[in-house]
Amino acid sequence: MDFELSDEQNLLKDSVERFVKDNYSPEARAKLTETELGFSRDHWKTMAELGWLGLPFSEEVGGFGGTAVETMIMMESMGRGLVLEPFLTTVILGGGLVAEGGSAEQIESIIPEVIEGNMMLAFAYAEKQSRFNLNDVETSASKSGDGYVLNGHKAVVYHGTTANKIIVSARTSGASKDKNGISLFIVDNDAQGVSRRDYATIDGQRAADVVFENVSVKASALLGEEGAALPVIERVVERTIGALCAEAVGAMETANEITNEYMKQRKQFGIPIGKFQVLQHRMVDMFMEAEQSKSMSDMVAMKLELDDAAERSKAVSAVKAQVGQAAKFVGEQSIQLHGGMGMTDEYSIGHYFKRLTTIEMLFGNTDYHFKRFAALSA
Amino acid sequence: MDLSFNEDDIAFQQEVREFLATSLPQDVKERADRGLHPTKEGQVRWQKILNEKGWMAPNWPVEYGGTDWTITQKYIVSHEMGSVAAPQPMAFGVSMVGPVIYTFGNQEQKDKYLPRILNSEDWWCQGYSEPGSGSDLASLQTKAVRDGDHYVVNGQKIWTSYAQHADMIFCLVRTDSSVKAQEGISFLLIDMKTPGITIKPIYGLDKENSLNEVFFDDVRVPIENRIGEENKGWTYAKFLLGNERTGIARVARSKRQIARVREIAGTEKSEEGYLLEDPDFVRKLAKLEVDLMALEYTELRYLSMLSNGKKLSAEPSLLKIKGTEIQQRLTSLLVESLGMYGAPYEPERAYEGRNETPVGPDYANGPMAEHLYLRAATIYGGSNEIQRNIVSKMVLGL
Repeated sequence: MDFELSDEQNLLKDSVERFVKDNYSPEARAKLTETELGFSRDHWKTMAELGWLGLPFSEEVGGFGGTAVETMIMMESMGRGLVLEPFLTTVILGGGLVAEGGSAEQIESIIPEVIEGNMMLAFAYAEKQSRFNLNDVETSASKSGDGYVLNGHKAVVYHGTTANKIIVSARTSGASKDKNGISLFIVDNDAQGVSRRDYATIDGQRAADVVFENVSVKASALLGEEGAALPVIERVVERTIGALCAEAVGAMETANEITNEYMKQRKQFGIPIGKFQVLQHRMVDMFMEAEQSKSMSDMVAMKLELDDAAERSKAVSAVKAQVGQAAKFVGEQSIQLHGGMGMTDEYSIGHYFKRLTTIEMLFGNTDYHFKRFAALSA
Repeated sequence: MDLSFNEDDIAFQQEVREFLATSLPQDVKERADRGLHPTKEGQVRWQKILNEKGWMAPNWPVEYGGTDWTITQKYIVSHEMGSVAAPQPMAFGVSMVGPVIYTFGNQEQKDKYLPRILNSEDWWCQGYSEPGSGSDLASLQTKAVRDGDHYVVNGQKIWTSYAQHADMIFCLVRTDSSVKAQEGISFLLIDMKTPGITIKPIYGLDKENSLNEVFFDDVRVPIENRIGEENKGWTYAKFLLGNERTGIARVARSKRQIARVREIAGTEKSEEGYLLEDPDFVRKLAKLEVDLMALEYTELRYLSMLSNGKKLSAEPSLLKIKGTEIQQRLTSLLVESLGMYGAPYEPERAYEGRNETPVGPDYANGPMAEHLYLRAATIYGGSNEIQRNIVSKMVLGL
């Protein structure tokens, strides 16, 4: 049992941290969020050149054979700067689905392109009525000739705005909440019948509601076995949750550093506010939440590849619930301890609060994961 | 990074399980599982069994009788002991004064006291708190005045756990009143049989006597019973507090408590079905389990850092704060799960000479006693508020 990073892993951490330091000052980030794209293609190229886009993929699919631990290291460091490039949606989520469930041809045509930074992916799974339930799917895919026709409305597809291909969960059989009968399709973003409403999200990223209206796809667009996609989706979403929690750890630790520094600078009643015990104890509680989140994030990174599905899933829900609570507490209290300064959009702390708020909600909020954890423990 | 056990670890785990299955006395286990105070006889009997196995002081250096276990092995032992409710050795000797003696004591002190701790020949208690000195420990007033080759000790200690069982007390005493409070304290080892020591029981919220007042009236203590230098006692006391943090989270015990909550709530009825099916109850239990997991992996992460030569400052105070909060929430949930049978309560001595067992189901005997006693957990060992002060200063620099 060991929580220490290897030398190679430490180098990776240094490398991502350097990238964040050089490119993600609050001002630089604010500028990027105001562009139409919402991130930098140059940064994306840099990430590809540094090998980060290939690291999470196994060598069998042409990747560089990193594990969930390498993903954790990268995401934690990216969380420190609230990095905007769609690493999570393209590499971990979209790429993860292709690598996990795709045919040899699909893997060969997509993964190398992702690794080189030429292709972006998004995963359209949520629907208006689905909330966090991955098997609540009403979008339909009906057989037509040797292909399928897709109809439905997918909600808040992160980076659906810029993804070249959107992976869509759709129902090929069964009722709307059945676990069987869900299939995945790889659809070009510009395919006939795909329409989007693009928008910004509160965390500075981009998303889209995507409507599929009689979208015809070939049989070769089917990702994995027809009607049996749920286990693939769950597996990849669990890895994504692990990655997201690591990002939250980086964001929480940084929010705490910023707040702690502010408490030493800001004077009221003639002394730094950090001298007030009530604020000290609040700050200690925030520190403890971040510390425990770090431990849980490390733990899940080590458990994500377990074969024991029940233990793995329990660990994932435990981490998401714990990190969700911590993210809310740290985010909200960071604003509180900054007083009026915390309310300004210009100052950095609010952006950490906003991203922590969306992380709490993405892929199941705290309540959802407590329920899932309890159900898995029963 | 790796959480897995290797083959040696798995073999070791098997050895631990077999040892506990064959060697842990049933009566000792039952008291510990109920959360009742140990009897001196039972606790000593179990500690002697542990010592015979060589497992009494895993954290001590090997030269003094430690085990040289890896953190994985330590984890395995504490986990396995917790899951069968095997009591840990009393902390006062093996976890508190023992490390002070082998770190700051002289050869004679090491030779004299360490083997007696290992073999449970001396039951130690801790003479820290005084009526006027709780969180502000350094303000302590118990005086030790030199008289030839003795100190003459006068004063009073309070909240002294299990002093009524103790053979020895380690004591902070004031040897210089003319300097800053922290700079005039010495660390003495005092034989409880010395004339002039009086113990007065304090009956706690649980109506049991685990706490005591200890009075010193012209108690003559040989100067060779002083640890280290005169007036340097505060340094040794701080070392002790820092050293005490390992294991203070009591993760394994809390895991066992989760299992007890499940047992009871799986038997007790709710308005509909079993309590263990009640969504409000389930949510509370799930939150506790997740919080406990966060504590467990934080403890492991810190242990991993330490065993890789990294330094921690006051981070382990987190383990004390979160660990004790969880212990209290667990006993609270245990009591809650008893429903109306959470209310009847009598201390153990009330049953002496009565041919009766406590009212209610068998599992109702224990949770309330422990719930009441463990209100102390967030107070003792440096209250949780003091722990937050320490983190604020040492880690956050506020």
